[in-house]
Amino acid sequence: MQAGDKEPPVIQLQNVYRVYEMGDQVLNALDGVSIDISRNEYIAIVGASGSGKSTMMNIIGCLDRVTKGDYLLNGTNVGDMSEAELAKARNREIGFVFQSFNLLARASALKNVMQPLVYRGIPRAERKRVAGKALERVGLGDRLDSRPNQLSGGQRQRVAIARALVGHPAILLADEPTGNLDSKTSREIMALIDQLHADGQTIIMVTHEADIAAHCERVIHLEDGKMDSDRQQERTAH
Amino acid sequence: MFMLLESIRSALESIRAHGFRSLLTSLGIIIGVTSVIAVVSIVQGLSYTINAQFAGLGGNSLTVRSYTPFKKQLQGRFAKLRDSDLQIISQRIDGISDITPILFAQTGRAGAISYRSQTAFSQVIGIGPSYLDVNGVYPEKGRFFTADDDSRRRLVCAVGVDVLENLEIPDDPIGQFFRVGNEWCKIVGVIEKRGELLGFSQDDYVLLPYGTARRIMGTSRDLDIQIQLLVDDMNRQDEVKDRIRRVLRKEHGLKSGEPDDFKVQTAEQLTESFNKVIDMITAVSIGIVGISLLVGGIGIMNIMLVSVTERTREIGILKALGATRQDILLQFLIEALVLTMIGGLVGVAIGYGLGVLVAALLPGFPPAHVPLWAVFLSFGFCAAVGIIFGIVPAAKAAQLNPIDALRYE
Repeated sequence: MQAGDKEPPVIQLQNVYRVYEMGDQVLNALDGVSIDISRNEYIAIVGASGSGKSTMMNIIGCLDRVTKGDYLLNGTNVGDMSEAELAKARNREIGFVFQSFNLLARASALKNVMQPLVYRGIPRAERKRVAGKALERVGLGDRLDSRPNQLSGGQRQRVAIARALVGHPAILLADEPTGNLDSKTSREIMALIDQLHADGQTIIMVTHEADIAAHCERVIHLEDGKMDSDRQQERTAH
Repeated sequence: MFMLLESIRSALESIRAHGFRSLLTSLGIIIGVTSVIAVVSIVQGLSYTINAQFAGLGGNSLTVRSYTPFKKQLQGRFAKLRDSDLQIISQRIDGISDITPILFAQTGRAGAISYRSQTAFSQVIGIGPSYLDVNGVYPEKGRFFTADDDSRRRLVCAVGVDVLENLEIPDDPIGQFFRVGNEWCKIVGVIEKRGELLGFSQDDYVLLPYGTARRIMGTSRDLDIQIQLLVDDMNRQDEVKDRIRRVLRKEHGLKSGEPDDFKVQTAEQLTESFNKVIDMITAVSIGIVGISLLVGGIGIMNIMLVSVTERTREIGILKALGATRQDILLQFLIEALVLTMIGGLVGVAIGYGLGVLVAALLPGFPPAHVPLWAVFLSFGFCAAVGIIFGIVPAAKAAQLNPIDALRYE
């Protein structure tokens, strides 16, 4: 599916700059990047450390704002949003999966998955039901009451994925989702993410590993804050 | 409202997760509230009991007593109420009844009492026949005086139970004679026991008919008496008071502008000065406790700040999941509030227990009494401490940048 084929893009970055000023040093973490991402795309953002891919991730995830340029999320300009509206966008449009899982250590798997729904004002019983279903979907229907420290790395990442998906976000944003996992578990997690894509989920993944990027249909390569290449590819890994 | 409930739930979970630390954190609050409730319960129990005893005086009783300003006292000129004052009040004032003189033995030999080889000192009081009804004390054995005893100045008396004990008078005291001052008096009645108040006996006194008391205490017409009377219509109490004032001022030849050399007091006024002392003790203890709650509050702020730093990453995660600044602010504020309120709850419970225990252990001490206002005041103060000292850490948590917070190790 090509960008802009049928419906308007989910994400539009238009000549985006993110500039850090540290003392008299000025660093262009993003240096005029323009990307359109459509629904149901499966994208890898790759690049060396310091290439700007984390900054791009933060901006797409509404955790950070652009210095210059426009970021349209579902047609709305994120630059015009208030702090509270950004929080709402993170809650409804974005599902985060982190390299280090970032689960709430004190809470059970179920409570972790329930947490995003708190900020939507969903009653507790309904939260439980929806979160339970999300955990079943990632194959953890029997570990609802386990705490993160009672789960293996792969299971923790599954909880994180369930939490990211529980609110049916427009985009799943995964930052090195297999970075802390061994190769066997990595394959299992990637199989799960492939499956989510097959079910219609839009996925953006930040990675520096070529074999992870090989799962994706489109690879955007960043270097020094600029887009080096943006190409469609045949998925070579499954 | 929804977020409020969620925040309370999350606060309770967090407090349970750090049980021991939460206990230590709210210890300052617990100790503060415990001490205020303990002190207030004891002092109020005291006040409650004493007021109940004054209430025996009856709300409609008036007491007239002489009053000498300090300046006159220095000059050695003491005001007095005399028999003539008593007569003039009973003649000139309408709407009163049960008027009785009260004559306290002046210091000296009149307070000395003896029976066989035993000698003691007691409060010797000369009273009219209506004293018992006005003050609500009644004989437990024997009888009280008759008007005849008074007019004939018979040497009879009614005593409190402690007098019997102090003088080692045998079991059947009625009809026994003992010495009051220089005269021998016959015991005709024993007044029912009132018990101790603050460790002081209230049963150590000798009641004499007024006429008899004058006879024993010397024939000087200059003895200072008090006058007690009942006002028939409670609503006219102030009016009666005013009339007594006018009559006595005229009788004493006071010119306008000169101050009264007597006081007309209601039963309420008698308790008032006592209640002032009670209020003072209460206020001082509340002040001290205020300081300890302040210290407790600083402790809570300190722990909450540590907790915010410790939970930086958690805050980052919550923000990534869609928590707004207000959500985070509310969560940490409620957590501080719940900590102080639980501290307050525990403090009220322990303080009340302590008050009851102390009151039970001290002999003759009245039972503890916790007024509702003290409970509400304590909780109000705890809530204020929670909000005041919770707002800084909560604001700090809310202001955290999610990217930095997520990266925090």
